Amino acid sequence: MPDAAPTASATPEKASKLRAAARDAGEWLIRALLSPFVEISALFRLLWEAVFWGIRPPYRGRLFVEAMEFIGIGSIFLVSLTAVFVGGVLALQLVDGFRDFGAENQTGAVIGLALAREVGPVFAALMVTSRAGSAMTTELGSMRVTNQIDALVTMAVNPVQYLVVPRLVAGFVMVPILTMLFNVVGVFGAFFVAVSLLGLDPGVFMDRLKWLVDWDDVSQGLIKSMVFGVAVTLIACRQGFYAQGGAAGVGRATNRAVVQSAIAILMLDYLVTSLVLGQGFF
Amino acid sequence: MKVFRGNLMRLTRPPLPVQAKGDPVHVRIRDVHKSYGDHHVLNGVSLDIYRGKTNLIIGPSGSGKTVLMRQLIRLEKPDAGELLVNGVDFAKLEGLNLAAMRRTFGMVFQMSALFDSMTVFDNVAFPVREHTDLSRKEVRARVMDRLSALGVADAAHKLPAQLSGGMQKRVAVARAMILESEILIYDEPTTGLDPITTEMVDDLITEAEEMFGVTSIVISHDMASVVRIADHLSFLHQGQITATGTPQDLLHSEHPATAEFVRASRISLD
Repeated sequence: MPDAAPTASATPEKASKLRAAARDAGEWLIRALLSPFVEISALFRLLWEAVFWGIRPPYRGRLFVEAMEFIGIGSIFLVSLTAVFVGGVLALQLVDGFRDFGAENQTGAVIGLALAREVGPVFAALMVTSRAGSAMTTELGSMRVTNQIDALVTMAVNPVQYLVVPRLVAGFVMVPILTMLFNVVGVFGAFFVAVSLLGLDPGVFMDRLKWLVDWDDVSQGLIKSMVFGVAVTLIACRQGFYAQGGAAGVGRATNRAVVQSAIAILMLDYLVTSLVLGQGFF
Repeated sequence: MKVFRGNLMRLTRPPLPVQAKGDPVHVRIRDVHKSYGDHHVLNGVSLDIYRGKTNLIIGPSGSGKTVLMRQLIRLEKPDAGELLVNGVDFAKLEGLNLAAMRRTFGMVFQMSALFDSMTVFDNVAFPVREHTDLSRKEVRARVMDRLSALGVADAAHKLPAQLSGGMQKRVAVARAMILESEILIYDEPTTGLDPITTEMVDDLITEAEEMFGVTSIVISHDMASVVRIADHLSFLHQGQITATGTPQDLLHSEHPATAEFVRASRISLD
């Protein structure tokens, strides 16, 4: 039987290939399942480092001001523009829906509540992610792949203290301010559409808004926006700070930063809302 | 003499041990190991770096040169071994002591690693502003003095991207030397440069050594530079030093990998 020998040797070879493939698949699956936890632990480690170095001198005031200018002032136009249209579209939808059962007078109240509690913080954070978060990742990533972060280390300057701390503080301070701006401009957008285009009474619109929306609603939104501000800047800094693989690697890091930030905003929105409303997480 | 500010007051360089000042060996690297997972990059590297000399560490790509450089400046911690700088084991230091000891070294990266958002002046002034309380006038004087010495004073207000590769190297040397570090490390300083700029950078290394009296460590695979500037050199192959001595010693080395590297580079002392 001339074919017997090759068949006998081919079978164990095939079996070993299958075992190797199964092992690779298993490793890939375990890595995929663990990767969110690895990523979250890396974020907390960076946050801890930032707190550790943030409370230590020297305090570089100029860097804090620059980061606030970049995240806050630089996002004013984008946040205002989106707020006008979001307010406007909310007005269009709500007036149309409420008219079916004669409740269009409640439009101002519902829009005010939605903006203060949910739409303002979430949209402001998403806008900061798309404009400032992606830029931060690209900047830090470029610094990493061109050894500028290593250069800081060799000059005995802690890179977390120099690069991450000012951005985190700026996110924590500026995202709530941008949220307030979003709320105010959003109400103006809604007011314009509801009153000027759809014929609602301006007095009723504002009166209902003031009647339903109180400080608790606004503060709920502000608490969320502080959390979002830290999360968005932390994710952006983490991705940029540990970027590798040249220009393509920086591109991938930026992409990850934007995706992770968007997911984090929506997940944290649920968690913080549950905590604030005392409903439990699930 | 101005003092260092805040908690960075502790960043003053530790005083040299008495025997260090007259010791011709500035850095003793002893049995340094470094692995990444199962991949052993440095397998017990031992070599001496001589004070006030140009010390080259050469070897083919993938031999572990850059990894050795990263251990030397403590961008990474070696798995095992000693890095004795002036008699102090740099490999064991942590925290503020490590930060203070880092000031012994100045680093010139392969691509210069200048901060691209800052002007040349601000790049060179950066370490001074971070670690001293000098007035603006004093900072300016010190920076311009260093830039003038290296022939790039005219570029003070330009951004790094507006400079040629050779000029960027000069600025990087000025930045590395602004705090009067004792040891200057160059990582592949001539890689990717044309022959004229390569020669210019080689001259710059010699100039910096003569001008500031520093110990230079040059990580390279450029044999032409070896012949031009090396006082002492070590050949790194597969994570170990396989030859060490003067350029003549290297060119006549009988170690197979070293001899092959010399033959392939077509360099001779003639």
